[in-house]
Amino acid sequence: MKILLITEQREGKWNKVSFETLAAAQQIVQQTKGSLTAVVIGKDVAPLADEIATFELNEVLLVEHGLLEKYTPDGFSLALRQVIESAKPDLVLLPHTYQIRDFAPKLAASLGKGMIGDCIHYRYENNKLIFVRQMFQGRTNADVVFAGDAPWIATFQASAFRADLATKHASGKAPLNSVSVDLKPEQIRTKPLELFREAKQAVDLTQAPILISIGRGIKAPENIPMVEKLAKLLGGEICASRPICDEGWLPMDRQIGSSGQTVAPKLYLALGISGAIQHVVGMKGSRTVAAINKDQNAPIFEVADYGIVGDLFEVVPALIEELKKAH
Amino acid sequence: MAVFAGGLLKIGVCVKQVPAKDAPLAIVEGGAWIRESDIGFETNEPDSFALEESLRLKEKHGGEVVAISMGPERAKQTIKEALAKGADRGIHIADDQFFKLDPLSSARSIAFAIKDEKFDLLLTGLQSDDQGFGQTGVLLAELLGLPHATIIMHIDIVEGHLKLKRELEAGWFQWVELPLPAVLSIQSGINKPRYATLKGIMAAKKKQIATVNRASLGIVDAPTQCIERIYIPQKTKKTEFITGQPKEVAAKLIEKLKHEARVL
Repeated sequence: MKILLITEQREGKWNKVSFETLAAAQQIVQQTKGSLTAVVIGKDVAPLADEIATFELNEVLLVEHGLLEKYTPDGFSLALRQVIESAKPDLVLLPHTYQIRDFAPKLAASLGKGMIGDCIHYRYENNKLIFVRQMFQGRTNADVVFAGDAPWIATFQASAFRADLATKHASGKAPLNSVSVDLKPEQIRTKPLELFREAKQAVDLTQAPILISIGRGIKAPENIPMVEKLAKLLGGEICASRPICDEGWLPMDRQIGSSGQTVAPKLYLALGISGAIQHVVGMKGSRTVAAINKDQNAPIFEVADYGIVGDLFEVVPALIEELKKAH
Repeated sequence: MAVFAGGLLKIGVCVKQVPAKDAPLAIVEGGAWIRESDIGFETNEPDSFALEESLRLKEKHGGEVVAISMGPERAKQTIKEALAKGADRGIHIADDQFFKLDPLSSARSIAFAIKDEKFDLLLTGLQSDDQGFGQTGVLLAELLGLPHATIIMHIDIVEGHLKLKRELEAGWFQWVELPLPAVLSIQSGINKPRYATLKGIMAAKKKQIATVNRASLGIVDAPTQCIERIYIPQKTKKTEFITGQPKEVAAKLIEKLKHEARVL
């Protein structure tokens, strides 16, 4: 199978998920006895193309244009459509990042094709690729296959594959070729302006050994002091899933998940968190996960070492009592 | 295409009906879909942020909000809720087999059904809580030939164009500008969705819902992908469930964290 991997960079820096998708692409190429071409797109990104050429690839395509300096969905879709039409791959793989979900469905539709997005896994069975993606917020998986003719377009979720498993090139470097694309300023309707961060990160949750995390199950901001008490007794920091920060009950910098921070503490105690995929990607690397949730089918239990099916408003005070005893 | 220039803003907002958050999920034999017979349904939460944003834009600039939903007869309930919150009218694209459609076919159907509306703005939520494809907004833009932006955290309309705050990853944001008309996918948490008032619910009864049968749109479905099977994922981690009275489970958990996992 001829695979085209589209990598992502911003201002000359990699989005590291690109290398996870590279590892996935290498695996598929090996199983299907195909070839793999990586695409680096932007302006003045030759050093990145050089760097990725040191990996086990058949070719690197460098796609540069003045109008690709800053990301726009129009510019990237138009350019990559030309690349796909000339390279004629069977399968186009991309990392499922915020940027890629912003344009990849458009790119696919402009080719008259569909995209299987946010895959966590794939299987190669009887000469057929089956993509696995989550549905119902991670409560079910789905096996999805492409219908119709190639090219097929799929994206892989962050941390679905291990970047460190991407293999280096056996004999030095993959050949690097530049591809010119035709873009006109009037084709680009988005005007990208400055990038900025909202608030400086006051707490560095990535360094905390113990995290006590709350979700919708906490019900009201008045219930947070109880959890803070528990956090203090455990010597941990308090954090939350997105809805809690959206409500303003905890500041945004305490949000764990795909739009917040990614953490891997010694202990992650999840209280009233259902475990939607957007949250789980931010914490599944934790050494030990304990979860308290009243729904025994909550997906958080999929990643928990210890589970308590019960009412957090009964269990948390009992934990506080128990810890006080020990002090 | 109508161009908004400080006049009335015509906004379409896509709202989907999905299984209720706490609905027990049972999968039908063969794994084609979930058993829908004994569960409740509700408006997809990410779409309620898009609806709220539409209503606020209408209140600020004047205009009309049209709630669009595709699905079986029950999906009308989601349109009715949007009307009760302040949307002016609804479009129901009726299809009992909606769940079988791939993202491109769904978007084609919606695009076809609304093409003559000539909305200044078309809003969607970020993704649905059931299938979670997260593609509808971007696809609608491509199919309708409109510019788009996704993961929107703020919308300003300045001199006939949009100034938008987009959320990027890891705490980064970006301002972008777009001409109108455009399609926007709204990030959850952009606003606090309102509740319907009794007055709103009464007023909604007089509002119109136009029903179009998806089959009658004459679209030839050419699926680009199909779901072979839905299933409960196999656990990759073995979870030890601790049971008993709250006091007991608390003591057991602490014991295990200290002496088994050795993390306390």
